[in-house]
Amino acid sequence: MDIPSLTIDSIRKGLLARQFSATELAGEALRFAEGENPKTGAYLHFSPERALAAAARVDERIARGEDPGRLAGVPVAVKDVIVTKGLRTTCGSKLLANYIPPYDATAIVRLEQAGGVIVGKTNCDEFAMGSSNENSAFGPVRNPVAPDRVPGGSSGGSAAAVAQGTAVVSLGSDTGGSVRQPASFCGVVGVTPTYGRVSRYGLTAFASSLDHIGPFSRSVKDSATVLGVIAGRDAADSTSATAPVPDYASLLDGNVKGLKLGLPVEYLKDLTGESGELIARGVEKLKTLGCEVREISLPATDYAIACYYIIATAEASSNLARYDGVRYTVRSGHSDTLADMYRNTRGENFGAECKRRIMLGTYVLSAGYYDAYYLKAQKVRALIARDFARAFEQVDAIVAPVSPFPAFQLGEKVDDPVAMYLSDIFTITGSLAGIPCMSLPCGKTAEGLPVGMQVLTRHFDETTMFRVADAFEKAGAV
Amino acid sequence: MKITEKEVRYVAGLANLQLEEGEIGKLQADLESILEHFDKLNEVDTSDVAPMAQVLFDAGETAALRADEPVAPLGNEAALANAAQKGSGYFKVPKVIER
Repeated sequence: MDIPSLTIDSIRKGLLARQFSATELAGEALRFAEGENPKTGAYLHFSPERALAAAARVDERIARGEDPGRLAGVPVAVKDVIVTKGLRTTCGSKLLANYIPPYDATAIVRLEQAGGVIVGKTNCDEFAMGSSNENSAFGPVRNPVAPDRVPGGSSGGSAAAVAQGTAVVSLGSDTGGSVRQPASFCGVVGVTPTYGRVSRYGLTAFASSLDHIGPFSRSVKDSATVLGVIAGRDAADSTSATAPVPDYASLLDGNVKGLKLGLPVEYLKDLTGESGELIARGVEKLKTLGCEVREISLPATDYAIACYYIIATAEASSNLARYDGVRYTVRSGHSDTLADMYRNTRGENFGAECKRRIMLGTYVLSAGYYDAYYLKAQKVRALIARDFARAFEQVDAIVAPVSPFPAFQLGEKVDDPVAMYLSDIFTITGSLAGIPCMSLPCGKTAEGLPVGMQVLTRHFDETTMFRVADAFEKAGAV
Repeated sequence: MKITEKEVRYVAGLANLQLEEGEIGKLQADLESILEHFDKLNEVDTSDVAPMAQVLFDAGETAALRADEPVAPLGNEAALANAAQKGSGYFKVPKVIER
């Protein structure tokens, strides 16, 4: 069995034709993933018992003549910020190195009900804070395409696992680009659905007004299938949306003729070099498919980085307050008073990036600065959302770059937090507006580094986003 | 935006973060350069804009409510399973009240 070439459809066909059982596939996928993992460090730990139990349930369903589910037997990797009952969930942090969650995230429950087989938990930046996966307490992940380079972040492990072929699909989380940017760096598909489309119950909170769960895959259709499984209202997450979930994967007809696409002039002026050329070629390809392309303006773009890093750090400083040495396994041993216990536990265990963001967030929320920073940022956020609403009066979808550059060298940017934050410019605007957006492969640089193209659509119009991406993918190389 | 070492220590106190001496200087420099970038927002006129606290959808105000019926709780044992220190069914912490 050639594990890296599997798709959701090919697994389903193989299972129903009895070419292999889900148990055989799970065993082989686990052996392959464990053997390949030292090359990238994409996985923090594997879950053989859970995987084999899930596979056995799929085999039982098939033996009884029942439908084995939309993700029957599919090997899935899960970012280690999404909780799994009885399976260690570290969030890439020393603070949770031994944390065993007492419940499953809703997305996990839905994946397994659909027959998905969770093979392991993937590495990520600590508490999903970073753009390179270098902020994990358990070491960086290497880009499978170029091992001296980063896989992107924060969901670097989930992107690398799918690119490396050790999982067919994976789950990541995206707050400001943490699914789309690593997808572009590793040359795979990565989707951030509409805010509220997928329940966050069991997703460790970073910035609650921006957090999303989203899938990675090697094809557009596989991400569409996974989103169809995990999306939908969940009573356990009051922010999850009630809008009905279309069967996205069945709506990919490859026809995008006459669709109006917008190109944001503010994004293209900042995009130089090979990434810019590849995106331009991608846009030409969309034109040959019959799309009408026009320039649009998103004038508040210049303020998006400041806006995002104020809101995200403010919310993070509040969400990370819970790691106080009481409920989550790790406590500093050097404290006589409760206050010292809190301070020492946090000081000794949070990594540098988490501390930086906690400090920033606490500062912008503190007395005297709240109006100047936090409230101001919320107003600018409204302007960014308004920009998109106006653009979608003229176009059906927006096409944009994902990152100003392809995967960079390990260690290249770790000492310059501002430069690292600025590189998130193209992904955080969509996050602030809460609209669906995805990254899909759009060719490679002369050095062979993947470049991703972003497709963004109106709230809850994932269908158009997937249709554009699917038609683009079917049309072949740029 | 100038940030002093004293302010860094004050904010660390608010955030319950014990910082090493070496970390204070680094954070002072980082916060200063990041806050300088944040000041860019002063260029934007937001006098007639309402703050956006959440991505808003056309959901009714009771959309997030469920029927008021009891459901099974997590249970004491599971809730305490990850406690740093526990005893007699409670989380244990250093003594708070002096006698």
